Amino acid sequence: MKKLKGIKLKHRKNTENCATVDFPIPQKVRIPMSMNMGAACQPLVKVGDQVKVGQKIGDTDVPFSVPVHSGVSGKVTAVSDYRTAMGAVCKIVEIETDGQQTVSEEVRPPEVNDKESFLKAVRESGACGLGGAGFPTHIKLNPKTPIDTLIINGAECEPYITADYREMIECPDDVIGGVKMIKDMLGIKNAKLAIEANKPEAIKNFEEMAKNDDTIDIITLPSVYPQGAEKIIIYNSTGVVVKEGELPADGGVIVINISTVAFLYRYMQDGMPLVKRRITVDGNAVGEPKNVSAVIGTPFREILEFCKTDMDAMIKLIGGGPMMGMSIPDVEMPVVKTSNALLAIKSYDVSKTTSCIRCGRCVRVCPMELVPADIDRAYRIRNIDELKKLNVLLCMNCGSCTYVCPANRKLAETNQLAKALIPRK
Amino acid sequence: MNKLIVSPSPHDENFVKTHSIMLQVIMALMPALGVSIYIFGPRVVPLTAVCVGSCILFEYVCRRLMKRDNTIGDMSAAVTGLLLAMNLPVTAPYWMAVVGSFVAIVIVKQLFGGIGQNFANPAITARIVLMVGFPTINHWIKPLEYDYDAVSSATPLVLAKKGEELPSYLDMFLGKTGGSLGETCALALLLGGLYLAARKIISLAAPLSFIGSLFIFSWIAGDDPLYQILAGGVFLGAFFMATDYATTPITQKGKVVFGLGCGIITFVIRHFGSYPEGVSFSILLMNVLTPYIEELTRNKPFGAKEVQKNEG
Ligand code: SF4
Ligand code: SF4
Repeated sequence: MKKLKGIKLKHRKNTENCATVDFPIPQKVRIPMSMNMGAACQPLVKVGDQVKVGQKIGDTDVPFSVPVHSGVSGKVTAVSDYRTAMGAVCKIVEIETDGQQTVSEEVRPPEVNDKESFLKAVRESGACGLGGAGFPTHIKLNPKTPIDTLIINGAECEPYITADYREMIECPDDVIGGVKMIKDMLGIKNAKLAIEANKPEAIKNFEEMAKNDDTIDIITLPSVYPQGAEKIIIYNSTGVVVKEGELPADGGVIVINISTVAFLYRYMQDGMPLVKRRITVDGNAVGEPKNVSAVIGTPFREILEFCKTDMDAMIKLIGGGPMMGMSIPDVEMPVVKTSNALLAIKSYDVSKTTSCIRCGRCVRVCPMELVPADIDRAYRIRNIDELKKLNVLLCMNCGSCTYVCPANRKLAETNQLAKALIPRK
Repeated sequence: MNKLIVSPSPHDENFVKTHSIMLQVIMALMPALGVSIYIFGPRVVPLTAVCVGSCILFEYVCRRLMKRDNTIGDMSAAVTGLLLAMNLPVTAPYWMAVVGSFVAIVIVKQLFGGIGQNFANPAITARIVLMVGFPTINHWIKPLEYDYDAVSSATPLVLAKKGEELPSYLDMFLGKTGGSLGETCALALLLGGLYLAARKIISLAAPLSFIGSLFIFSWIAGDDPLYQILAGGVFLGAFFMATDYATTPITQKGKVVFGLGCGIITFVIRHFGSYPEGVSFSILLMNVLTPYIEELTRNKPFGAKEVQKNEG
């Protein structure tokens, strides 16, 4: 098997030993109707309504979507327009909490007896990929082609983030339970739990737990970024190459995030939908890096203050990891389902982009074996044929090329712009 | 509170920058420069200073006249100047050093768009222009004598062409032979090259295939292979010119092909030609071929649909 390229990053897993702390219920939450890939929901509540914990407050008829639930009890005080960090426009529901945390009657373990009811329950749980991408889980678990391997993504390859790691350490039974459940419900023969080598404790633990189950393999991934990228993790744990334009399912595999698996397992037991999540709070402006479990809709500002962030020194806020996360323009934005990390940064290099010196570093690191320097050149003259020939569509925006470029060229960003030039079939 | 900076990912970067790379190259040339001062005497210092200084000046003036950003801070002009000095005989007049710098920076580099855009190696091209345009420059002095007015001595390659007695391998390895400033001491160049490779500034693909192929072909042809790789500008060319970023292929495979081409052409010129030295020409020729090599050695992207013809 060929070794894929990548880069060695400083892991900066400062919070790996920080047990998750519950963030107190805020006075007010704002829950966007679009938090994941797929269609935005329509609010099911209006101003003045009382809502309870676990109550569904947003849904839509579009199948490629996930419903939204409230994580607090209280009164709806506003339903307004909102623009997410990804740039999507949707409604946002503002709820003033009453501190009672009264649980809704809707919350009860779902009745699941076959694949169909299982997938329905998965959708109702509000689950989407918790690793950051936010792909609707019920769609992912319902591919058109037969699947023989389920890959559980425990790579968590981005620096800083330890949210998935804490899941592995704190709730290992939910992980293994979830793996078995999904395997059984979907009739998948094998599962591979793929974890990056920088988490030896989790690997050891799971190896012990799965000792007597030969359908669950524990895979140790090399500590080279980006192991968590779908195509990379598939190749490194099964050897399957996902071809351009194909889905992992076409190769008989699906990849699902490890925290999502554990969440689904818990949901099937207690029926509490996805209303809370674990977030790693770190970055050099944060005084006390932590893993917090916060209700979805909690303003980032409150969490940052909770972690003693130097708000005056902070010049950049990132939702997710430093390589693929998103800039957050406003501290008042709320925690969403895909918020796995919140990084407050007080130093950011804004040095100018200079000419490409053709040093080849971008080529050396690209896991997809692309030539970012040439894509950059072709993009500048809008040479669409050349861009196609350079396979720019394969770029997964992992950011490695931009990271290493000595001339500060924004290669990954250019690639995304270049992709947009290529007409889709 | 500050206004938050909004920018696309990634939000982190490493700290290897263009100027730090160039600085490393300068560092790597220091052993060769030091040896050169020892072998060829004090004149090495002002000559090198003129090359470096005029390269930086030309770069500055050029960018000013073209109304482009000032780029002398990236240190690439200093590297070019240093490499040019390494390619000159110690007796080269200062005005010639300035002419060489002009050719390297103004004609070869800036007229083609500046750093990264030039297709030919500036220092090599300048060396060739000077050697061909001003044949009197080919005036080599005996090592360690510092006698700049002495009757022209000869480089080992010239001696070989004439069938005269050659310096020992050890003298050649240590640089105690005639030649241009920086090319004689294979040891110092090797040290610098390995340093750059260890710092991942250069890949050893091209130098190894260059030196290796020259060795093998000379051997097959019945020349003294060890002598062939130690003589002339092979080490300087292989480690510092055939690894130039802009003018050599970007992929690993391409670099191997590039080095192979240099080795073969150098061999052909030396073995069959009337000209004693072939390194400069071989590198320039391969520079010209670089776009084609890149086209033919493109990586196959991971998981790409197999549509291109250059499969393999
Ligand atoms: S890393 Fe930057 S400077 Fe180097 S080849 Fe790629 S784009 Fe050019
Ligand atoms: S962002 Fe795209 S081009 Fe750059 S390294 Fe990642 S996959 Fe390669």
